[in-house]
Amino acid sequence: MTTKLFGEPVRRREDPRLLTGQGRYLDDLGGDALAAAFVRSPHAHARIRDIDVSAAIDVDGLVAIYTWEDLPALLAQPLPLLIPHPALTHGRTAHPLARDVVRHVGEPVVMVVARDRYLAEDACALIRVDYEILKPVVGVEEAAQSAQLVHDDVPGNVGAHLVQEVPSAAGLGAREAIDAAPHTLAFRLDIERSASMPLEGRGVYARWDADDRSLRVYTSTQTSTSVRMAIAAKLGLPLPKVEVIAPDVGGGFGVKIVHPWPEEVLVPWAAILLGREIKWAEDRREHFVSSAHERAQVQSVRVGFDDDGRVLGLEVNILHDHGAYTPYGIIVPIITSTQLLGPYKIGAYRVEFSSIYTNTVQVTPYRGAGRPQAVFCMERTMDHIAAHLGADRTAVREVNFIRPDEFPYDQGLIFQDGRPLIYDSGDYPESLRMLKELIGWDSFPEAKARAAAEGRRIGIGIGCYVEGTGVGPYEGGHVQITSDGRVHVSTGLTSQGQGHETVFAQIAAAELGVPLERVSVVTGDTRRFGYAVGTFASRAAVMSGNAIALACRKVKEKALRIAADALEAAPGDLEIVDGEVRVLGAPGASIPLATVAVLSNPLRYAFDEEAARATQFAGTPAFDRPPVEEGQEPGLEGRDYYSPLRSTFASGMHAAIVETDPLTAEIRILRYAVVHDCGNLINPMIVEGQIHGGVAQGVGGALYERMVYDEHGQLLNASFMDFLMPYATEIPLVETAHLQTPSPLNPLGIKGAGEAGVIPVSAVIASAIEDAEGIGIDRMPISPSELFDLRRAATGRSTSET
Amino acid sequence: MKPPPFDYHAPRSVGEALETLADVGEHGKVLAGGQSLIPMLNMRLAAPGHLVDINRLTELATLDVEPGGVRVGALARHAQVERSEEVAAAQPLLRQALRLVAHPVIRNRGTVVGSLVHADPAAELPAVLAVLGGSVRLARPGTVRDVPAAGFFTGILESAAEPGELAVSAFFPLLPPRSGTAFREVARRHGDYALAGVAALVGLDDDLRITTARVACVSVGPAPVLVDVTEACGHRPPASADWASAARAVQERTAPEADIHATADYRRHLTGVLAQQALRDAAREALDA
Repeated sequence: MTTKLFGEPVRRREDPRLLTGQGRYLDDLGGDALAAAFVRSPHAHARIRDIDVSAAIDVDGLVAIYTWEDLPALLAQPLPLLIPHPALTHGRTAHPLARDVVRHVGEPVVMVVARDRYLAEDACALIRVDYEILKPVVGVEEAAQSAQLVHDDVPGNVGAHLVQEVPSAAGLGAREAIDAAPHTLAFRLDIERSASMPLEGRGVYARWDADDRSLRVYTSTQTSTSVRMAIAAKLGLPLPKVEVIAPDVGGGFGVKIVHPWPEEVLVPWAAILLGREIKWAEDRREHFVSSAHERAQVQSVRVGFDDDGRVLGLEVNILHDHGAYTPYGIIVPIITSTQLLGPYKIGAYRVEFSSIYTNTVQVTPYRGAGRPQAVFCMERTMDHIAAHLGADRTAVREVNFIRPDEFPYDQGLIFQDGRPLIYDSGDYPESLRMLKELIGWDSFPEAKARAAAEGRRIGIGIGCYVEGTGVGPYEGGHVQITSDGRVHVSTGLTSQGQGHETVFAQIAAAELGVPLERVSVVTGDTRRFGYAVGTFASRAAVMSGNAIALACRKVKEKALRIAADALEAAPGDLEIVDGEVRVLGAPGASIPLATVAVLSNPLRYAFDEEAARATQFAGTPAFDRPPVEEGQEPGLEGRDYYSPLRSTFASGMHAAIVETDPLTAEIRILRYAVVHDCGNLINPMIVEGQIHGGVAQGVGGALYERMVYDEHGQLLNASFMDFLMPYATEIPLVETAHLQTPSPLNPLGIKGAGEAGVIPVSAVIASAIEDAEGIGIDRMPISPSELFDLRRAATGRSTSET
Repeated sequence: MKPPPFDYHAPRSVGEALETLADVGEHGKVLAGGQSLIPMLNMRLAAPGHLVDINRLTELATLDVEPGGVRVGALARHAQVERSEEVAAAQPLLRQALRLVAHPVIRNRGTVVGSLVHADPAAELPAVLAVLGGSVRLARPGTVRDVPAAGFFTGILESAAEPGELAVSAFFPLLPPRSGTAFREVARRHGDYALAGVAALVGLDDDLRITTARVACVSVGPAPVLVDVTEACGHRPPASADWASAARAVQERTAPEADIHATADYRRHLTGVLAQQALRDAAREALDA
C-alpha cells in the first residue's frame, strides 16, 4: 500500500449527505406511486372463515384488493425457507397472504392498493375478515409443553432439535466430566424478546416497464441481489429483466436480511398486474407486529469445575422461541450454541437446543444474532463459579482462556456457516489486562467501600466474547478507472449506514495509490454488481473489503503493464502515487492513471482529446499484435471475489460500573469500558462508532427493551411509547481501547466489527448489578420495578432464614 | 398509521372557534399542540369527524402574571411557560414540572392547557393544577365558566370540558409567603411519562413551622391524587417534621395499577419515596423564600 489511508480515522463521506436531508430512503422515492396497505390479523391464532371486501369497494381512490385466492401459483406457495438445516425437521414459512390460518398478530391477510396510503388504510378499515379464533400458544416453555399446536403437523411445536457435543481431552462426555468435577453448579437463565427496530422500517417500491418487459424494484433490504433472485423466481421473470436496488437504508440490524418479505413479492407482482408504480412503506406499528424479533431463550446450565475455577464440563439446554415461522432457519440457536464457548477452553461441552413454535412474530437474527444470549449464559456461569469459589471474577476467566500460542484453536463444533469452528487469532489475556486497566478493576473495591460509606451502592461487572465474523460464502468487488482518472468501485452487498462508502474508498485509494476524493463507491445495486450474498454477520468489511482490495490489485497490475509499455520501463520498476504511475528513481518519468485508462481501451472513434490518443492512427501501433491482446480485455477495470476458508473471529471484553438507587431501585451506568479486537483497523473512528451504537443497543436489551406478549398473543407495547428504546440520555459514555491481532485468513488481516458492541452488554450489566446488590441476576432485561421485587424477595428470604 | 377522514376547521377568532365547536358538538376535537391528539389520530384510536385547529388564534397565546396567579392561555406552549422568568418567580412549580414534561421538541409545540384537557393521570401538569388549587376556564358562545382543579379531572383522559366547549385558559394561583414547591418523579427513560411522581407544596408560618403541606401524585390513580399531609407532618419546623409519616399517609391514599413497566406495589413504594423527597425539597424552598 502506497498511502496511509488504510487505518486512518477518515471522516465518513456519506455523512454530509445523510445529515443534511439529502439521503434518498425508500419513502423518498416514488412520490407518484400508488400506495399499498395491508389488512393484518388482529388475532394470534385463528382460522379465516370469510373475507368480505364489499364495504371497501366504494372507497374513493381504491385500485385493487387482493387475498390469497388471487395469487398466481408460484406466489400462492409458502415463502422460501432460506437456510435449510438437517436438524430443522419441521421448518415452516408463511404464505405471502394468509391462507386459511393466521399464526400471529400482524400476519398479512389482504393487500389493498389505492391512490395514497390514507385511502388504502381507509379501505383496509372497511374490509371484514371473519375469524374462528383458535387457542394461541404463547411463551416458549408453555409452547414446549402445550397440547395446543401452532402448526397442526408439527408435533410438540418443535421445529428443530440439535445436539452438539465435544468430549474432553481425556475422552469424557460433558455429563461425565461434570459429575466427576470437584464442584458443580446448576442454574437457569432467561432472556426476553427484543428486536432490531431500525428507525426506517421496511419498504418496497416497484416499477414495471411494460415496453421493455423489465422490472425495477427498490427495497430497504440487506441483500438486493438475493431479493432480485427471489422476485425473478416468484414472479417467473427472466433474471436479466429484474433490477433490485437498495437505496439509502435507515438501519437494518438483521431484520432486513430476511427476504423475500411478503411485501417484496406482492408489491412488484401488483405493479406488473396493474401496470402502475406501487410503493409500500412500512409504518412503526406494522414493523412491531409483522417483521421479526429476536433474543428470547430459556437456558438450563450445569457446570463442573476445579478449585481454580477451570471448567471441566459444561452442559447447556436451550429452549429457543422462534415465533410462528422459520424463514431464516435455525441460525440464531446455532450461533448461541457455538459462540457460547467464547474465549474459553471448556473441558467437555454438550449443548442441546429445541427451537419452538409460538403464536408470535417470527424470530430471525438481530445484531449479535444469538450471541448476546450465548455470552449471557457463559459469563453468568463464570460469575457463578467465582462466587462459589470466592474468587475474583477476572481470575476465573483468565484461568479458562485460550492462550495466544494456541491459535488456530479448534473448538470442535460446526459453526453457522456449516464449517469448523476454528478461531484464527486473538490475545485474550492481553485484552483482559487492557480492560482491567481501563476500568480500574483492581482499585474498584476501595471505590465501592467509599460509595457505601456515603449510602450509595455501586457495582462492577465484566463480560467477554468471541464473535465469528466475515462468514462466506463470498463477496465480489468491481473497480474501474475511467479516462478522467476517477475510480468507480462497486460491490453487491448493501449498506445500512455503516460507512461502507468511506472504508471501501479508503481500501481502493490505498491499494491503487489515488486520492480518496477520486474514488466513488456503489453498494447494493444489482445494475452495478449482480453477485453478492448480503450484509450481515459483521461481514461487509471482511468480505467486500478484501474483494475490493483484490480487484484493485488486478487493476493495478494491468495499469502497471500498460504504463510500462508507455514509459518503456519494467512493471516492477513502477509505483502509483497520487494517481500517477511513476518510474521508481526517475523523477519526471510518469503517466497519469487517466491516460493509462485511455490507452487501455483501443478506440476507432474519438470524442475528446484524451480519447484521440487511443484511436487507431495515433501513436505507433505494433503490427505483430492485435490491439487487444489474447487474454486481455479493453478498459482499465477488474473484478475479483473473496471467498474465505472459514470465518474470522473477533473478540472483546466489556466492563461497566453501575449504581443502583437504594430507595427507588433505579439503575444507572456510571462507566462503560470496551476493549475490542477486530484485527487490523481500516478506520478506527468508524469502528468506534459501530461499538458505540452496539453498546447503545445492548443497554436497550439489558435495561429497557422487551416485547411484552399477553396470554392471548397480543403484543402490548407495539409502539415507541411503550417499547423503551433508550434515548441518548440513557447511554453512557463508552470508553474504548483497541487491540489488533490481524487475521491470518485474509489479505487485509481484518475481522468484522459491526455487531461487537451489543454482544456482552446484558452479561456485563447483570454482573455489575449483582455486584452492587448482592442479589443473583438470572434474567434480563431488568427494570427498576423488577429489581425492587428482587430486593423484597431477598429480604424476605434472609428474614425467613434467620 | 394515517388518520381516518375528518373535516378540518381553522377559525380566525375565538368567537369563530366557539361557533364552530358549538356546531360540531360531540363530533369535534380541538387541535392545539397536537402532541397527544395527532398520534391518537394516526393510530386511529381517535376518529373525530371535525378537527378545530386553534393554532391561528394568537389571542390565546397569552401568559399573564396577575395579582392572584399565573393565567396561561390555550395556545401558550410548554416552552414559553417554562422559559418565562416572570412565571418562574411567581409560581416556581410550573418550571419545576415543565422540565420533566417529555423533551424540548415536544415542549416547543405542546400546550399547557392542552395537557390539562387531555387529563392523562401520568402527566405532570394536572398534578400541578391540583396541588396549587388552580382552575380551567371553559368557554362556549356567550358563556364562560371556571372549573376548579378538584372538579376538573374526572377520570382517565376525561375532564369536565364538555363537547362544544373550548378551554381558553388555565389559572395557577401564586404561592402564599413562606411557601415552597417541588416536583419529583421517576420515569423509565428521560422524558417519559412517570412511573410515579409527586408535586409538593409546603407553607410555613412566621415561626417557620409547617402550616400547609400537600402533594398531588401522578400515575397512581385515574386522576391526580391530592393528599393534604399537614396533620401528618405535625405543626413543627421542617427539620423535625415527620416526613415518613406524611409519606405513609400519601401512600395510603394511592390506588396504583400494574402495567408492563411497573407493579402496583413498586409504584406505591415510589410514591412514598418521592413524596418524602418532594416534601423535603419544598420545605427547603419555603425556608429560603
